[in-house]
Amino acid sequence: MSERRIIAVLLENEAGALSRIVGLFAQRNYNIETLTVAPTEDDTLSRLTLTTIGDEDTIEQITKQLNKLIEVFKVVDLTEGDHLEREIMMVKVRAEGLQRAEVKRTADIFRGHIIDVTDNAYTVQLTGPSDKLDGFLRAVGETTVLEAVRSGVSGIGRGDKILSL
Amino acid sequence: MAEMLSGADMLIRALQDEGVEYLFGYPGGASLHIYDAIFKQQKVEHILVRHEQAATHMADGYARATGRPGVVLVTSGPGATNAITGIATAHMDSTPIVVISGQVPNPQIGTDAFQETDMVGISRPVVKHSFLVREASQIPEVVKKAFYIATTGRPGPVVIDVPKDSTDPGVMFEYRYPREVSLRSYNPTVRGHSGQIRRAVKALLDAERPVIYTGGGVVQGNATEELGELVDKLDYPITNTLMGLGGFPGTDRRFLGMLGMHGTFEANMAMHHADMIFAVGARFDDRVTNDPAKFCPNARIVHLDVDPASISKIIRADVPIVGPADAVLREVNEVLDRSLARKPDAIDREALAAWWNRIRQWRCKHGLDHDQRHRGDSPLLPQQVVQAVYRATSGDAYVTSDVGQHQMFAAQYYKFDRPRRWINSGGLGTMGFGLPAAMGVQFAFPDATVVCITGEGSFMMNMQELSTCMQYALPIKIINLNNAALGMVKQWQDMQYGGRLSHSTYRDALPDFVDLAGSFGHTGFRAGSVKELDEVMSEVFSPEYADKLCLVDACIDPEEHVYPMAIKGGAMNDMVLERQTASP
Ligand SMILES: Cc1ncc(C[n+]2csc(CCOP(=O)(O)OP(=O)(O)O)c2C)c(N)n1
Ligand SMILES: [Mg+2]
Repeated sequence: MSERRIIAVLLENEAGALSRIVGLFAQRNYNIETLTVAPTEDDTLSRLTLTTIGDEDTIEQITKQLNKLIEVFKVVDLTEGDHLEREIMMVKVRAEGLQRAEVKRTADIFRGHIIDVTDNAYTVQLTGPSDKLDGFLRAVGETTVLEAVRSGVSGIGRGDKILSL
Repeated sequence: MAEMLSGADMLIRALQDEGVEYLFGYPGGASLHIYDAIFKQQKVEHILVRHEQAATHMADGYARATGRPGVVLVTSGPGATNAITGIATAHMDSTPIVVISGQVPNPQIGTDAFQETDMVGISRPVVKHSFLVREASQIPEVVKKAFYIATTGRPGPVVIDVPKDSTDPGVMFEYRYPREVSLRSYNPTVRGHSGQIRRAVKALLDAERPVIYTGGGVVQGNATEELGELVDKLDYPITNTLMGLGGFPGTDRRFLGMLGMHGTFEANMAMHHADMIFAVGARFDDRVTNDPAKFCPNARIVHLDVDPASISKIIRADVPIVGPADAVLREVNEVLDRSLARKPDAIDREALAAWWNRIRQWRCKHGLDHDQRHRGDSPLLPQQVVQAVYRATSGDAYVTSDVGQHQMFAAQYYKFDRPRRWINSGGLGTMGFGLPAAMGVQFAFPDATVVCITGEGSFMMNMQELSTCMQYALPIKIINLNNAALGMVKQWQDMQYGGRLSHSTYRDALPDFVDLAGSFGHTGFRAGSVKELDEVMSEVFSPEYADKLCLVDACIDPEEHVYPMAIKGGAMNDMVLERQTASP
């Protein structure tokens, strides 16, 4: 059965390391839904979060193949345990006349912030799990959305357990 | 005080410090500083090839025969791209080679400079790892890491891309070769999980119809002795993959022969009917399993491999063990000894005898018995040629091969009693591998008998290396199983495409291989019948030709097919055993 998985990868912060990961997914026909990467508190390391969809066997292969890359330290399937996921989205929505109040209200309900304003549009910033962001887009309606940019998912395990060297 | 060396000198010095004997290479603009450094020393011998692909196969052949890494040097751009096929070949068969490629100077990278190609990018999917030397000072450490990565864990090719400015002879550095290397993110497993090992032993003992199935991991992992011990203790049947031949003696009574697409009837039948399969250093390749959904329906699978990603990739393992074959098998043997000491009747000898009886029946039903089919003056059969080579070399040669029918005949009919004697491109199936691989072997073992059993199609893919053989006086024996066709392609067309031979023959466009060998200063022979074959063989392998390269053009029956052959989409017991007479 195919499921959405959030995989966290700790890797050397080196030129070329990211392309090996992306290349691996392309080469082995694994799917990537979202991918984010940035240096960690230790700047010799990068932390990458990716979301993918696959059945049990595929996910097992993905983690094994990732682990095989020389520059990869650790691979964790966050979805196997309790975890937090966040994504940030900036979305430009049409806001004219009566719509202005309506958009503002919806943004409030979703705890979004209006971070830029023009006569015709608001830019709303939202943070949350991916499905919350999906929910906002549905709520304001496709025709209202002018442009949306999403960061992709970042994930972290709940509790005291940490992913480090 | 440390010595001051240029980047180019450091590179060659690092190879010396790694104990590298040979560097298989071909020069060009981006590698000229390196070539000058080679000129100034004697420790590393550079072998000038005629094509970079051949250089990689030579290094690969050297590595497979010795267990030590083979090293290649190519220039940027076309030199680098020419090396790709050989890198991919080494990658698929997990052999340790280090490929050093020249690159345009750092400041020019990304500008589409003359002979620039993104070598790290283009080789990425077919290397174990790669390095781009950003600064000359990194060279010693990068070389150390490259050899370490190439040779440990599951071995594989490593590329070092060296921009020309980092080899500048005018810029000096303190040279110090690191004694040790540590890569915090790379820690190959060195021993197996003891709980899993105990479970594996239990599975071995509980089996009534066991088969041990081993692959290249036993050969590469130097686990032949441990495997032999295990089979001696258990007396279980054992089969080898194409890559695993020689991992267990081919003449041993417990050996079932090769398994898989062109494996023996008994090996494939035993696999299919087994209730326990102990896979060691084998990866359930599609050329072995046929349809994975129908694979060995009643077997528990115990799978030992140094690469965790190989386990449960195609066939789910009931007992997975990650670790090097030699160390884990040693522990398996110890645990087994203890179990048998405690309970001497732990092996069900009766069930085992019954199992062996079934196997013997399969063996009798269809052996590799072409001899009976051969009568008087019918054309020379490829199997006869391989058997003649086997006799003439007392079964003790290094045999390399290419890809096609000749490769399968060689694998079926030459019995390898020792590891690292059978050298072929199993995973990638690279035509053109055979001759350069044989050259690598001959460089490693100048006094050994090295035979390349090839087909005329494959041979023509790298025959320019006859010139290199002349330059270095390599006494390789090339056996050209000449069927004037891309025989394996033709066989599929015969069997699956109604005999429509689309672009698989070229009878009137072949060179005279005897003259061809002569034109490179070698000696050519022709054999078109059994009688001629015997004469030629006794000559070629006589002391008179011990120092000469001989090419035997064996004109074989072009209609011969390789059997058994797996039926596509079937289970392992679905095989075609002989040529089907054309239906009316
Ligand atoms: C580089 C490369 N191209 C194509 C193939 C596909 N192929 C597999 S076997 C074969 C025919 C080989 O002909 P030959 O070397 O004469 O061997 P034979 O089968 O006739 O013994 C071909 C074309 C391959 N394996 N490698
Ligand atoms: Mg041929």
